[in-house]
Order: sequence, then C-alpha cells, then structure tokens
Amino acid sequence: MKIHEYQAKEVLARYGVRIPRGETAETPEAARAVAGKLGSRVVLKAQIHAGGRGKGGGIKLAGTPEEAGRLAKDMIGMTLVTPQTGPEGRVVQRLLVEEALDIERELYLGIVIDRAREAPVLMASTEGGMEIEKVAAEKPEAIFKEHVHPATGLQSYQARSLAFRLGLAGETHKQAVKFILGLYRAFEGTDASLAEINPLLVTRQGDVLALDAKMNFDDNALYRHADILAMRDLAEESPLEVEASKYNLNYIKLDGNVGCMVNGAGLAMATMDIIKYAGGTPANFLDVGGGVTEEAVTNAFRILVSDPDVRGALINIFGGIVRCDMIAGGVVKAARELGTKIPVVIRLEGTNVERGKDILRGSGLAFQPADSMKEAAAKIVALVK
Amino acid sequence: MSILIDEKTKVVVQGITGGEGTFHAQRMIEYGTRVVAGATPGKGGTTHLGVPVFNTVAEAVRAEGADAAAIFVPPFAAADAILEAADAGVRLVVCITEGIPTFDMIKVKPFLKERGAALIGPNTPGIISPGKSKIGIMPGHIHKRGTVGIISRSGTLTYEAVQQVSRQGLGQSTAVGIGGDPIVGLKFVELLELFREDPETEAVILIGEIGGTAEEEAAAYVAGEFPKPVVGFIAGQTAPPGRRMGHAGAIIAGGKGTAKEKMDALRAAGAHVAVSPAEIGDKLREALSGAS
Repeated sequence: MKIHEYQAKEVLARYGVRIPRGETAETPEAARAVAGKLGSRVVLKAQIHAGGRGKGGGIKLAGTPEEAGRLAKDMIGMTLVTPQTGPEGRVVQRLLVEEALDIERELYLGIVIDRAREAPVLMASTEGGMEIEKVAAEKPEAIFKEHVHPATGLQSYQARSLAFRLGLAGETHKQAVKFILGLYRAFEGTDASLAEINPLLVTRQGDVLALDAKMNFDDNALYRHADILAMRDLAEESPLEVEASKYNLNYIKLDGNVGCMVNGAGLAMATMDIIKYAGGTPANFLDVGGGVTEEAVTNAFRILVSDPDVRGALINIFGGIVRCDMIAGGVVKAARELGTKIPVVIRLEGTNVERGKDILRGSGLAFQPADSMKEAAAKIVALVK
Repeated sequence: MSILIDEKTKVVVQGITGGEGTFHAQRMIEYGTRVVAGATPGKGGTTHLGVPVFNTVAEAVRAEGADAAAIFVPPFAAADAILEAADAGVRLVVCITEGIPTFDMIKVKPFLKERGAALIGPNTPGIISPGKSKIGIMPGHIHKRGTVGIISRSGTLTYEAVQQVSRQGLGQSTAVGIGGDPIVGLKFVELLELFREDPETEAVILIGEIGGTAEEEAAAYVAGEFPKPVVGFIAGQTAPPGRRMGHAGAIIAGGKGTAKEKMDALRAAGAHVAVSPAEIGDKLREALSGAS
C-alpha cells in the first residue's frame, strides 16, 4: 500500500525523524493561512501518489501568504501529469504547505528489503534528488549500503558509518545518525516495504531533515497496523481495482482490450503473455485465486466486463481441485445477469471439465470453448480484431 | 528416487482440525501420503481423520516420528507454526499459507538455518513426488510418476506445465512450488542441487516469474554446475513495472526483476527457454533430444 508524502512525514515524525514544519491545505484560503502561520517563504507540494511532481508543476515556491493563496488556487483541482502518472495524470485534492529551507546539500537515504540477502538494506547516496536507480547505473560508487541483521536490528555503528561515508561531521553527523536510526525504526515498526528520503536535506545551518518522504507498506502486514491502513486513499486507485479488492480479487487495469480472468497469479501473468504472443493486448490482470468460488467468479466477470475498453474476454481456469462445472455455472450466471454481448472464450481444465463444457454449451450464450491456452488466445485475439 | 519426500515421509499436519487443514489433509491421505499426526493447540488427545492430534508439534514428532510438517494455519500464526516445526526437529516444513508478513519471514529464515530444517513456501501449492507422497494442495491426479523435475514460483501455472509434460508421454520425479512471496524457503538453486543428485531426474523445468533475482541465481548455477537439461519459462513478460501481480513477490521494482533479464540469463546459461507458456512441453522434448 502507498501513502501520501504528508502521511509518510506524519509516520516518520512519530519515530523521531525530523521533518520540515508544515500543514496540509485543501483550499487556497487554508494554504494562505498555513503560510501566514509558518511566517516564512513556503513550498506548496501537490499530494498525489506519484513522483516527478516538480516537472509537472506540482511543487511551487511562494514568498508571501498571498502568493501562496494565489498559487494554491491554480494547483488545487489541477490534473497533474508527471513521468510516473501516465498521460491521464492525477487530480490534486490537497497540498502540503511547508517552510522553505536553505539548502546546503541534498543527499539520499532509502530502505528496502534485499530479497537475495533476505534482510533490510539501507542505501545512502551523496547524489540526492536523483532517482537511486539512475545513480546505481551511472555512479554506483556514490551509493553506500548497510544490511540489517534480523536478530539485532540496525546498530548505531552502522548509522555512524553511513553518515561518515556521506561526508558529514560534527553536529550534522550526530543529527544524521539520529535520523537514520529513526528511519529504520519507522520502517520496521510499520512493516514498510520501502522508506525513501529523497532528498535528505542538510541545511545551511547544518540541520538534517526529510525534504521529501515516500513510504510503501507490506500489504500482508496491514492487519497489525490499523493506523497505516486508515491512510489508504481510494481516490488514488483505479475504481475497478477498488471494487475488485472488496471481493479479495487481484485485479490490475492495463491498457489493452482483451479482458482476462484466471485462477492463480502465475497462470494469470502467463495468460497475459500468451495474449500478447497471439497478437492482442491484455486489458487487465485478474487472479480469482487458487481456491475460487462461484461467487468470486461472478464478481470477477462483472468487474472484468465493466471496463469499457474490454472488447472480448478470455477465461482461463486450470481447475485442479476447483470444479470446472462450478466455474462454468458462475460465468453463465454472471453473463445472463449482465446481458453480456462481447465474445467470451473459455478454456477449462481439470476436475469435471466435460460437465463444465456442457453447461457452457447448454447456456445458449455465445461462449467459445478452447482446449488449450494457445487455442484460447488465438481465438479471442481473432474475435476482438 | 525423488527429492525431499517419498513413500516413507511421515507428515504432521499443523492446523489439521481447521477447514483448509481438514480438506487438504483428507486429500493427502487419499493420495497415499503417510499423515501420521495432526497438531492443534488445545485439541491434543483427540483423533481427526483417523490420526492422533497433539497439542504441539514436538509431541507429534516424539510419539509418531513425524519428519515433515504441513502448515495450514492463518497468516498471523504461520511464522510461529514454522518456528515450532523447526524447533521440534522435523527436517522439512511445507507452509501453504498465503499472506505472511515479509518481516516475519526475515526473522524465520536464520532460525531454520540454525535448526537445520528445510522450508518449502510459504504461499505455495506444496510438493509432490507422484505415486509416493504429496504435501500440499495440488491435485494429485494430474501428476504422473516420471523423470522430470519441476520447480516453480506458481501454483496453477505448474499444473499447466505438469499437463504439458504428461502430453509428451513423460512424468515427474518431484514437483515443487517454491512459493510466490518475496522471502521463501528453498529456492531454485537449492532444489537444483537436490535434482542434480537424484538419479531418477533426467531434466528440470524451472518456472519463474517477475520480481527478485532467484531465476538469475538459478541461471548462474545451471551454467556452472548443473549437468542435466533445463527448460525455463518466466511469467510476466507483459507485466507493467511497479505493480504487484497477485503474488507478493511478483513485482518489477526499480526497473529490476523483469522477465527479459531472467529469460536472457537462462538462455545464456544454456537452458531451453519457452517464450510462450504453451511451448513448455515442446521445449522439454527439444531439451531431452538434444541431451541424448
């Protein structure tokens, strides 16, 4: 799960990580009032779940509260397009209004799980403001790493070492060590999958603060973090994805026109791949789960065909323990209720496959059966052309 | 032969009295797996599905000699269940549970190493040595005893591969689902090491997917030390970056973990890579004829 910058900063502040003074504003008046209260030059930052905001006009500097109000009027409600939003952009609902600081240095600090080492890894870099992937590719010597032992957690000597390698000294070094230890406590304490401070700011006065903050969380651990779960912003997610999540369906909207519904994530990805291989483009990823029920099939089919881009659907179920007649029944029921007109190719395999095919044939609906993934993909691609 | 499990493997099922545990333990017994005990805290002393239930795994190991554990407990209790099994001295733990927090698994792994227990999963269909034993939720009837080893990060996609193997007139020595999570127990390399030593296994199919670097590690091992023919398939060639594709571990993050990188690595290692999932069987045939 992703959260906004202002929420990430709230979380970090709880763990003693220093952030700039600031508040959110949902109206120009509020932005002006916050700027007045801060009593300094301010930065207005659009709050959307995507990076690269500066490039799209989502970050602006204001010298006075009046200017902050004027700028906020243009920014709130704007559709912000950044390299990460896609061409459709995101509507800005809220700004973070923060004190503007005197920048001495911009550094980078991030924590992720290193899957190969099976441990969290801290990454620090002198190249703040740049994407860490880009630094890794172009200037790998500028990235410093510390792996965290699962039993001990991050140790002070590791934080000290990182801060020294960033070239920090004196009071600034002390502040950086506190910052690094706090960031790791926040990462582990919230079951984060990513905590990224880019840039990590050193001010002209020698203070260390999080100028920006990004946190993603392990969905599997949200059950033990009700406070984090409450930060979920449904407006940032595709409406069909939100609908699918209500039924525990894994649905991801893509940009093609062949809808697909599959049981199992690996087979669902492979089905997308084979559609592409047959010359089509998948409209979505949809995994109804290994132990799928008739109700899940009905809901999944409804969500699948309610995407206006979908011109045809491919259903690929490898039954195994799941009964194919049950799957067929769910699909027929959903298609009847919805009066579906688009072509639907169904490939069923596994237990009771013949009975499942009988149900489809006997339904009077325009289902096209297929015996293999390859045949199913070729059929649906031909039908949507 | 086969790897990790055979007709002698004695299994304790953790969570045997729950809905999932009951359903799948029953099917494991029907398949011929030697399920010798169940473990459910508070239900010790009872009998379920005709096997004795114990309060702890340690008692099941002592009383019935269980040497493998199958875990069917909810995600919040699963890490604890894995640790309990390893501490009780079973040599193999198969954790079916999906949805375990990553940090729980990070803490589990060093403990397993210390206790010398091997873990399969979590978030896996399990492991099957056809005709001998299955520990997991895969449909037993689609499998056939034979000479092909299968290692996969997926469930139903593995069944697809199994079926294609059968259509080539071949069967499986052992099929293992390593699990779809970011941190799992045995990975491709450890399982390849076992298949290498298994005289019954003549070829191995690797089914990977986007995310992480386990396939690249496998490719490096195949290139250097694995003498048997290998077929590879990577799911998620069309997956968009930055999105989790169902499995917690299936994500292209920071431009890394793409299908292309993994397919290139496997190809460079001499594996027969199926571009389409429908080609897995044909590639197996090609790999076996090239090897003979």
